[in-house]
Amino acid sequence: MHFNDGGISRAYTAYIVRKTGFTLAMAGILAMMLILAISLGAVNIPFADVVKTLAGASVTRQFDIIVWNIRLPQALTAIVAGAGLAVSGAVMQSVLKNPLGSPFTLGISHAAAFGAAFSVMVMGSGSMASSFSDAVTITSPYVTTLAAFFFSMLAAGIITLVARIRNASPEVMVLTGVALGSLFTAATMLLQFFADDVQLSAMVFWTFGDVARTSWKELGFIALVTLVSLVFFLANAWNYNAADAGDETARGIGVRVERVRLMGMVMASLVSSVIIAFVGIIGFVGLVAPHMVRRLIGDDHRFLLPATAATGGVLLLASDTVARLILSPHILPVSVLTSFLGAPVFIYLIIKGYRR
Amino acid sequence: MILKIDNLAFGYSSRPTLDKISFTVKRGEITVILGPNGVGKTTLLKCINAILKPSKGNVLVDGDAIASLDTLAIAKRIGYVAQYSEPSRVTAFDAILMGRRPHIRWRVSDKDLKIVDSAIKRLGLDHLALKYVDQMSGGELQKISLARALVQETDLLLLDEPTSSLDLKNQTEILGLIKRVVKEHNVAGVMTMHDLNSALRYADNYLFLKNGTIYGAGKVEEISPGMVESVYGIGVEILRHNGYPVIIPKDIQIEKAA
Repeated sequence: MHFNDGGISRAYTAYIVRKTGFTLAMAGILAMMLILAISLGAVNIPFADVVKTLAGASVTRQFDIIVWNIRLPQALTAIVAGAGLAVSGAVMQSVLKNPLGSPFTLGISHAAAFGAAFSVMVMGSGSMASSFSDAVTITSPYVTTLAAFFFSMLAAGIITLVARIRNASPEVMVLTGVALGSLFTAATMLLQFFADDVQLSAMVFWTFGDVARTSWKELGFIALVTLVSLVFFLANAWNYNAADAGDETARGIGVRVERVRLMGMVMASLVSSVIIAFVGIIGFVGLVAPHMVRRLIGDDHRFLLPATAATGGVLLLASDTVARLILSPHILPVSVLTSFLGAPVFIYLIIKGYRR
Repeated sequence: MILKIDNLAFGYSSRPTLDKISFTVKRGEITVILGPNGVGKTTLLKCINAILKPSKGNVLVDGDAIASLDTLAIAKRIGYVAQYSEPSRVTAFDAILMGRRPHIRWRVSDKDLKIVDSAIKRLGLDHLALKYVDQMSGGELQKISLARALVQETDLLLLDEPTSSLDLKNQTEILGLIKRVVKEHNVAGVMTMHDLNSALRYADNYLFLKNGTIYGAGKVEEISPGMVESVYGIGVEILRHNGYPVIIPKDIQIEKAA
C-alpha cells in the first residue's frame, strides 16, 4: 500500500513547535526558580551573587558555603526528586490506565515508611538523618535508607508479580497496590505502638519527606537513577501512547503491551523507591504534576514526560522554598506543604472530572 | 495468495473455540467472516495476526508463517482495526501517526509525516487533524482507527466489526472507504461483521462460522436463505433491489423461540 501524495503538514509542524516550546518554557522557569531558591533564606543572597557563585567566581566565603554546601544540594535534590516522582507518576498512570496511579497511591510509599520503621525498631539503626533533628541522633542513616528501599521494591515486586500471574491487567495492579498500602500501614502502626519515645520520633521524622537530607554523593546517585529512567521512559513514549489507545490497538501496531506495562512499572517503582528511600515520603507531586501537564498539553508521552519532569521539579522546588520561608525561623519539611497543596488540587481534579 | 490459513485450531484454556479452519484470501478482495455472537470471529482475527497463539495449524502471510515473525514484523504486514479503541488526549494526527510505530526507530521521519498527511486527506479528516481524539464522535474515532491501520502500509487489513457502533451514514462511508482502499491499492481485507446486508454489498467472499468451524465459504452472491437459517437459526428471504441482494428476516414467534 502506498500513500505518496501527502506533504508535510505545516499546521502539524507548528503544533509540534508549540508543544516543545511548553517544555522549554517550563525548563526556563525551573532555572529561574533555582536561582530564586538559592537566593532566599535566613541569609538573603542577591541574584547576581548567586549566579557569580554558581559560575565559580567566589563573592564571599560565607556565600560560597551557603550556596555550595547547603542551598544548592537541597534545591537540586528538590528538582531531581520532583522530576523523578512526577515522571514515575505519569508513567504509572498510563501503564495502569488509572488517573490515580502514583507511588503514593500504589502503596510503594507506605512500604518505604514501614521499611524505615522496621530498621529503626528491629535493626536498631535507632535514629535518622534529618535537617532539624537535634534531638534525634544519626548513627546509621544508610541502614534506614536501604530498609526503606528494600521494602518499597518488595511492594512493587509483589504488585508486578501478581500482575504477571493475572496478565498485567491495570485493575489488578491498582487493587494489589491498595491492599499492600493498607497492609504496610497496619504493620507500621504495630511497630509504632511498641516503640519507645526515641524510636517513635525517629519513625515519624522519617515519614516527613525532606529534601535537605541528602549530601552531594546521595544527590548524584538519585540524579543518575532518575536520568536513566527518564531516558528509558522517553524511549518508550510511543509504546505508552499505543497502550493508551487500547490493548488490542497497541498489539495491532506491534507493541507488546504486557511487557511495556511490566517494564514501565518496574522502572517507575525503582526510581520512586530510590527517591523515597533518600528523602522520605513526599506525596502528591507524582499525582499533581502529570495532571497539570495533561490538562495543558495532552497525553502524548513524547511531550508529556519531559514537560512533567520539568513541572515536577518546579513544583517541588517552589514548595520547598516556601516551606523554608513560611514559618521562618522554623523550617517545615516540604512534604507537609505538598500534602496541603496536593489535597485540594486532587479534589479539584476529581470534581472537574478526569479523563482516562 | 496474500493469506493462507491451514487447519487452524484455538482454545481458550483447553476448551476448543475454533477447529479445522482453512481458507485463503486473495489481493484486491474483501472477505467477511460471519456467524452468531460468540462463535469465534474476533478470536479468528486475533489468531491471524498472532495476538493469540493458535494451538494447531498455520497462518501464512505472503508465504511466510506468522508464528516465525516478531511483533513489529507482523505489524508491518498486517494492519489491524480493533473493535474498540480508547480515546486519549492526543491529536488525530498523532493517533494516526501511531500506525507508523512499526516503522519508526527513534525519530519520526518526513516520510512518516507525509504518509499520515496523505491518509488524512484520503479519509477526509483534514479538519480534525489537530483536534484531540477524546473529543470526537464514534464515527470519527472509527475513521481514525482505520487511518491508523492504513498508514501501517500493509498488504493485509484485518477489521473487527468496523461498523458495529456507527450510524447508517458512517457505516456506509467506512465500508465504502475500506472497499475503495482494497481495490485501489490491490490489498486484501478480512473483516468480521453482524450486518448481513452490508456484507452482501461490500464484501467479495464470505466465511460462515458455526460451532467453531467453517460452515460454508464462497462468493457472497452464493449465500442462500438456507445457509443463513442454519447458521443463525432464523428464516430469511433474499430479495434483489437495484442489483443488490437484500436479506429480510422472517418473524420469530415468541413462543417458538422460547
